[in-house]
Amino acid sequence: MATVDVKEQAQKPQNSMSWLGGATGPLIGLILLCLFLAFASDKFLSVRNGLNILDQITVIGIMAVGMTYVILIGGIDLSVGSVLALSMMIMGWVANVAGYPMAVAIPLALLASAVCGLIVGILVTRFKVPAFIATLAMMSAARGVANMITDGQQIVGFPEWFMMLAIDRHFGILTATVFLMLVVLLVSWLFLQFRAEGRMLYAIGGNPEVARLAGINVQLVTIGVYMFCAVLAGLAGIVLAARLDSVQPSSGFGYELDTIAAVVIGGTSLSGGAGGIGGTLIGVLIIGVLRNGLNLLNVSPFLQQVIIGVVIVLAVGAETLRRKTR
Amino acid sequence: MTEPVLSLRGITKRYGPLEVVKNVSMDVYPGEVVALLGENGAGKSTLSGIIAGSKTPSEGKMTWLGQPYAPATPREAIDKGVVLIHQELQLLPELSIAENVFIGRWPMKNGRVDRAQMVARAQEQLSRLNLHIPATRKVAGLSTANQQLIEIAKALALDARLLILDEPTAALGGAETEALFEQIRKLRAEGVGIIYISHRMEEIKKITDRIVVLRDGERVHEFADSSTPVRTIVESMVGRSLERMFPARAVPQEKTVLEVKNLTGANGAFNDVSFSVKAGEILGIAGLVGAGRTELVRTIAGADAIRSGEIRMNGEKLSLKSPADAIARGIVMVPEDRKLQGVVVGHKIDENLVYANLDRFGNGWITPSKKRSFADMAIRAFGVKGRGEQLASDLSGGNQQKVVIAKWLTRDPKVVVLDEPTRGIDVGARAGIYDIIANLAKEGVAVIVVSSDLEEVLGVSNRILVLAQGRQAGMLDREQANDVSVMELATI
Repeated sequence: MATVDVKEQAQKPQNSMSWLGGATGPLIGLILLCLFLAFASDKFLSVRNGLNILDQITVIGIMAVGMTYVILIGGIDLSVGSVLALSMMIMGWVANVAGYPMAVAIPLALLASAVCGLIVGILVTRFKVPAFIATLAMMSAARGVANMITDGQQIVGFPEWFMMLAIDRHFGILTATVFLMLVVLLVSWLFLQFRAEGRMLYAIGGNPEVARLAGINVQLVTIGVYMFCAVLAGLAGIVLAARLDSVQPSSGFGYELDTIAAVVIGGTSLSGGAGGIGGTLIGVLIIGVLRNGLNLLNVSPFLQQVIIGVVIVLAVGAETLRRKTR
Repeated sequence: MTEPVLSLRGITKRYGPLEVVKNVSMDVYPGEVVALLGENGAGKSTLSGIIAGSKTPSEGKMTWLGQPYAPATPREAIDKGVVLIHQELQLLPELSIAENVFIGRWPMKNGRVDRAQMVARAQEQLSRLNLHIPATRKVAGLSTANQQLIEIAKALALDARLLILDEPTAALGGAETEALFEQIRKLRAEGVGIIYISHRMEEIKKITDRIVVLRDGERVHEFADSSTPVRTIVESMVGRSLERMFPARAVPQEKTVLEVKNLTGANGAFNDVSFSVKAGEILGIAGLVGAGRTELVRTIAGADAIRSGEIRMNGEKLSLKSPADAIARGIVMVPEDRKLQGVVVGHKIDENLVYANLDRFGNGWITPSKKRSFADMAIRAFGVKGRGEQLASDLSGGNQQKVVIAKWLTRDPKVVVLDEPTRGIDVGARAGIYDIIANLAKEGVAVIVVSSDLEEVLGVSNRILVLAQGRQAGMLDREQANDVSVMELATI
């Protein structure tokens, strides 16, 4: 027994970082990045700028949570940017054109997003359409519907309180939208880490046949995951609408790639079964901090795109190397 | 006597303080088949890796055809004529046979791949192996045995003078094994040296000229004569004398637990099969590869669909739409392919144990402490040599299999189906699995064991169902059954 105890204690230090889902490498990268920017720009290291970064990452942060779930089961979702736009447009139309209260518009927008996810999930499980294709199709279709609602026009002007969700800092710190993102992250992390249903995602991503033979309803879980991802994309759309105080059908263009990049930088494996929300939070922060810092340093937006590309390769390459050598 | 093709002198391989191969010397002569025997972890794969250039020895020298030989990469070894054929086949299913044979070394003409020559030369190697299929055919859809032969053809096209075969028959049935042996004999007659790694004693006795036994990295024995009794060989492998391989069989109870009536699988792999299993009974299912054994038990476990017929449990008709349905009724399966169906190899042992029991964590919250205590309990109960936080891929085959079994047995199942429970598992660890099977029966579980290993089916079962080409060829009581009577039924 004595020897067993020694071994378990020896394991402890490793386990204290386990909430990151093995993303210690990205965390070190984030810290180095912050250190560099703190020296390079005198504006970077301030509470105000920190809160700014949090405001800037809310949309992608919320979407990345859903994407993490999808990628964990070995899937991919290219439709999140379009679903975001669809959700925004439905909310805008119902509230502003049809004249219903926001309390009706927002649930309807989320419901429409859920339907998008349901369709993708059914295509992937029942009709065995590869996730890449099913979500590529949804990316096109949802964008089209978003455009059809107002024939491509934007809708402006929402209630005062709605706009304030993204502006008003409660207790001088958090806006409602940032708070929402943090809640989404925390709840999703708890669910993934400790709920039976959360562990199912790892089993399915690790090996769907093992999961099926272990009595897990792989199809149902897969549909659920795509619906979850789509609903979060819709929620991100509502957050974006609050931030912009307007909705337009071209919103969220290319967001799917930013989202996937954040998840992958955070150490979640594209082949599924490994990673988690802790890593994704770090991935989102890396992208947010990098954008913010490069802006502070007056780096041109085009060069920023190049730098982000390089960071993706560095982060994923370093992580792959680290796993191999271990 | 002729010169050896390959000589090893004092080969040692260390990983840190751990010596996995210790001071091994051996020779391989042209035109002989040398068996390399040993339990998992005895150092067989490390040694064959050293010979094939994928690992470098820490100490020792090798000579190849009289010249010093120290390959730094597999490519170097292949260029010299040493080819290792892995247990897991490494063919590209969507490419043609010819392309697989010449992959990476396409014959070129005017800067382009010379397809005509490639196909012709591949065909030549195929006919050398008595394989009469066009070299232009896709690999996908070929039987495992033929794919095995294509791996060998690939080696021959490289002008191999030493072949290392790692468990070549692991996925083959009786007739296919015999066909492979015929080709091995032919190659031997052509002067190719062969190192043959296998766990199957009957095969080793049949095909090899000499047996080298490794234990804990050391060469402990060499049997120059393959007529040495199996027991003697096995004892030298495990380093202790074997009392008996199989535990005593329990007497089945009266109560019939599982009844299968006129069952036909949706994919047509088996037709009109009927049998029953009593509580505490072990039913063996024998037959050649492709006889429908795996499909039959997968159907019983809810993994495959039924076309017609019925499955009854305790008299009640079951309608199984998924493995989850079967599990809920107490029917669990230890599947055929451990690494693809049994465990998620890249995940931890405790995670793997939990995956099959996610519904049993009371309110659905799985805290680390609950997970650990559940895993520790299962690990201890089944003697898995490992800790919960280790990756499943770190375990030996035998211990992985114990994890697969352990994840079910904590559920108190009524019917346990084991498909090839000891495939790729060394002799010492097999006894542990047999004990688990016997204990299940003793506790009143109805057990079904599918195995290609005749000795195993005969050793563990109370009755044996023999399938041949999807038909029920016969049902033998233990008393009437022997390897001859089973094979007769299986091959009609």
